[in-house]
Amino acid sequence: MTQYIIRRLLWLIPVLFFISVVTFALLRAVPGGPFDREKPMPPEVRANLEHYYGLDKPLPQQYLDWVGRIVLHFDFGPSYSSRSRTVNDIFAAHLPVSAQLGVLAILLALLIGLPLGILAALKQNTIWDYLGMGIAVFGVSVPNIVLAPLLILIFALTLGWLPVAGWGTPEKMIMPVVALGMRESAIIARLTRASMLQVIREDYIRTARAKGLAERVVMVRHALKNAFIPVATVLGPMFAALTTGTFVVERIFAIPGLGKFFVTSITNRDYPVVMGTILLYAVFLVLANLAVDITYAFLDPRIRYK
Amino acid sequence: MTVQERAALRLQERPRREASLWRDAWRRLVRNRAAVLGLVVVALLIAVAITAPYIAPAHYAAGDAADEHTVPSWLAAVLPGNVAAYAKINNKFLLGSDFLGRDLLSRIIYGTRVSLPVGFMGALTALIIGLVYGCISGYYGGRIDDIMMRIVDILYAFPTMLLIILLMAFFKTSFGGTPVPGTPAYTFNQINKAVDSILGLRGGGMLFIFMGIGLTAWMGMARLARGQILSVKEKEFIEASRMIGASDMRIILRHIFPNIIGPCVVAETLAIPGYINYEVFLSFIGLGVDPPTPSWGNLISEGAQALRSYPHLVIFPALALSITMFAFNFLGDGLRDALDPRMRGTS
Repeated sequence: MTQYIIRRLLWLIPVLFFISVVTFALLRAVPGGPFDREKPMPPEVRANLEHYYGLDKPLPQQYLDWVGRIVLHFDFGPSYSSRSRTVNDIFAAHLPVSAQLGVLAILLALLIGLPLGILAALKQNTIWDYLGMGIAVFGVSVPNIVLAPLLILIFALTLGWLPVAGWGTPEKMIMPVVALGMRESAIIARLTRASMLQVIREDYIRTARAKGLAERVVMVRHALKNAFIPVATVLGPMFAALTTGTFVVERIFAIPGLGKFFVTSITNRDYPVVMGTILLYAVFLVLANLAVDITYAFLDPRIRYK
Repeated sequence: MTVQERAALRLQERPRREASLWRDAWRRLVRNRAAVLGLVVVALLIAVAITAPYIAPAHYAAGDAADEHTVPSWLAAVLPGNVAAYAKINNKFLLGSDFLGRDLLSRIIYGTRVSLPVGFMGALTALIIGLVYGCISGYYGGRIDDIMMRIVDILYAFPTMLLIILLMAFFKTSFGGTPVPGTPAYTFNQINKAVDSILGLRGGGMLFIFMGIGLTAWMGMARLARGQILSVKEKEFIEASRMIGASDMRIILRHIFPNIIGPCVVAETLAIPGYINYEVFLSFIGLGVDPPTPSWGNLISEGAQALRSYPHLVIFPALALSITMFAFNFLGDGLRDALDPRMRGTS
C-alpha cells in the first residue's frame, strides 16, 4: 500500500512537468505581453521591466528559472499586474476562500445526495423514489449559472432573507454553496440509488439477512459500504470540477476567490499567476484521485494495490 | 429427423433481421415518456435554430437606443416591485428589450444557433477523436496501448475548465482579428469565418469554441472505447474473421465497431449538456462567442448586471438553457436505458 502511494506520488512528477510545459508553451504562444498598454510605455522602461522579470532571456531558460524557484524555494514568482504582491501572496489570500466554497459544496452534496439516493433505492418505485429522482433530475439540469441568479432573485431581492453577495459570514455562504453543490448532490443521489439497487440484489446481502442480522445492520454495514464505492469514484473528479466550477459562482456572488484572478491574469498576460494556478489545480486533481483510490481499499477489502 | 429438430434448423436458417438492435432500442425509447418528451423538445430546438431568421421578430444585433430596457405590460404586471416607475412600458417586444434596445426574444432564439451546434459538435469531435484513439490503443494493445493510455492519464490531470479558458484565449488572440494571409493562423481565421457564416452568425468565433471543447473532451471517450474494445476483441467471432484473413481495418470497422458504438453514443449524448454548459460559462466570462452574437451565457451575464430592476433579462435565457438541459438529459437517460437495458437506472 505504502509502495503504491509512493509510486502514485512519483507519477506526479511527469504529470506536472508535462502540464507546466504545455501551459507555458500555450501562454507564450498567445500574442501580446504583460506590459502592453493602451498607451505604449517608453521602450527603455519596457526593456527595463522585461529585464527585471527575466522576460528577455530565452524561453527555455525562463521556464527552467520558474521551475527552479518553485522546487528550491516554493516561490511561484511575481505577479506582473499587482506589483506589490507575489503569486504566493495571491494564493495565500484567495485560495482558502475558493477551497472553503468547494469543500462546503461537496459536503452539502454528500449531505443531500446520499440520503436522497439511499431513500430512493430502499423505497424503489414509491412516491419517495419518484420525488427524490425528480429533485435529482432538476439538480442535474439546472446549471449553477442559472441557479445562482435565481437564488439571489428569490432569497435576497424578493424575500430579503439573505445578503445579495459577498463572503465571510454564514449567511453570505448559504446561497453560493447551494448554487455550487446542487448539481453535485443530484449526481450523487442518482449514483447512490443506482449502486444501492445493484448491491441489495447481491448474494451476500441475502446471506446477511439469512443469518438473522437486523435489517439496519444489513443495510448500513453490508449494503451501504459497498454501494459507496462507485460514489467515491466520482468524488475525485467532482472535487476538481467544484474547485474550478467556483469561477461562475464566485463571479456572480462577488466572492474574492482564485477564479477571478485566473481569468483576468490570462487577459493581462500575467504568466506566473496563470501557470501557478493551473499547476496548483493539477496537483489537487491528482491528489484527489489518489485519495479516492486509497478510500477504495478501505471500503472494499477485495481491492489490493501492488 | 424429428419435427422439433427440423423446426430448430428452420429457425437457425431464418436470416437474422439486420439492425434489429437499433429497432429494439428505438421501440424501447419511444415507450419511455420522458425520453420522447426530450426527443420532441430537442427536435423543436433544432427547428427553431434552423428557422431562426424567419421566426425571430428581429435580427439579434438590431437595436435602437430609444428602445433600451423596455418591459412589455404583461411582464410589468407580473414582476415584483413597481416596474412602471423606472422602466419604459412598451409592447413592441414580447419579452422586452436589453440595454441596447435589442429584442430579447430574438436574441434567445438566435442563441439556439450557438448552444446546439456547440453541444453536437462537442459530442461529435469527442466521439471521433476518442473512438479512433481508443480503438488503436485497445486493439493493438501492448506497448502502444501503454504509451497512449499514459498520455490520456496525463491529460486527465489537466484542470479542464482552466485548459479551455487558456485555449480560448490562445485561439482568439492568435487566429482572430486579421492575420497575415498564407499563415496557418489565416487559414484558421478563414475557416472560422466560414463556420460562422454557415451558422448565420456575424463574427461569432464558433470554430474556436468547437476546438476548445473538442480538444478537451475526447479523453473520456478514448478510455471508454478502449475498455469496450478490450471486452470485445477476444471474442470468438473476431478470431474467426481473423482466421479467414480479414484485415485489421475490416475487423475494427465491420466487427468491433457495431458492438461498441452503442455505449459510446449514449455516453456522448449524456455529455452534451456538459458541452453546452462549457460554452455558456465561457460566454458568461467573456471568452465565448464574440458580441453582438447572442449566447444564453452572455445574455445571463448581461442580465445579471441589472438583476434587481430587470430580472426577466436573466429569467428567460435561464429558462431556455434549463429546458435544453432537461431535454438532453431526458433523451440521454432514455437512450441509455434503450440501448443497454442492463444499465437501466444506473448513474
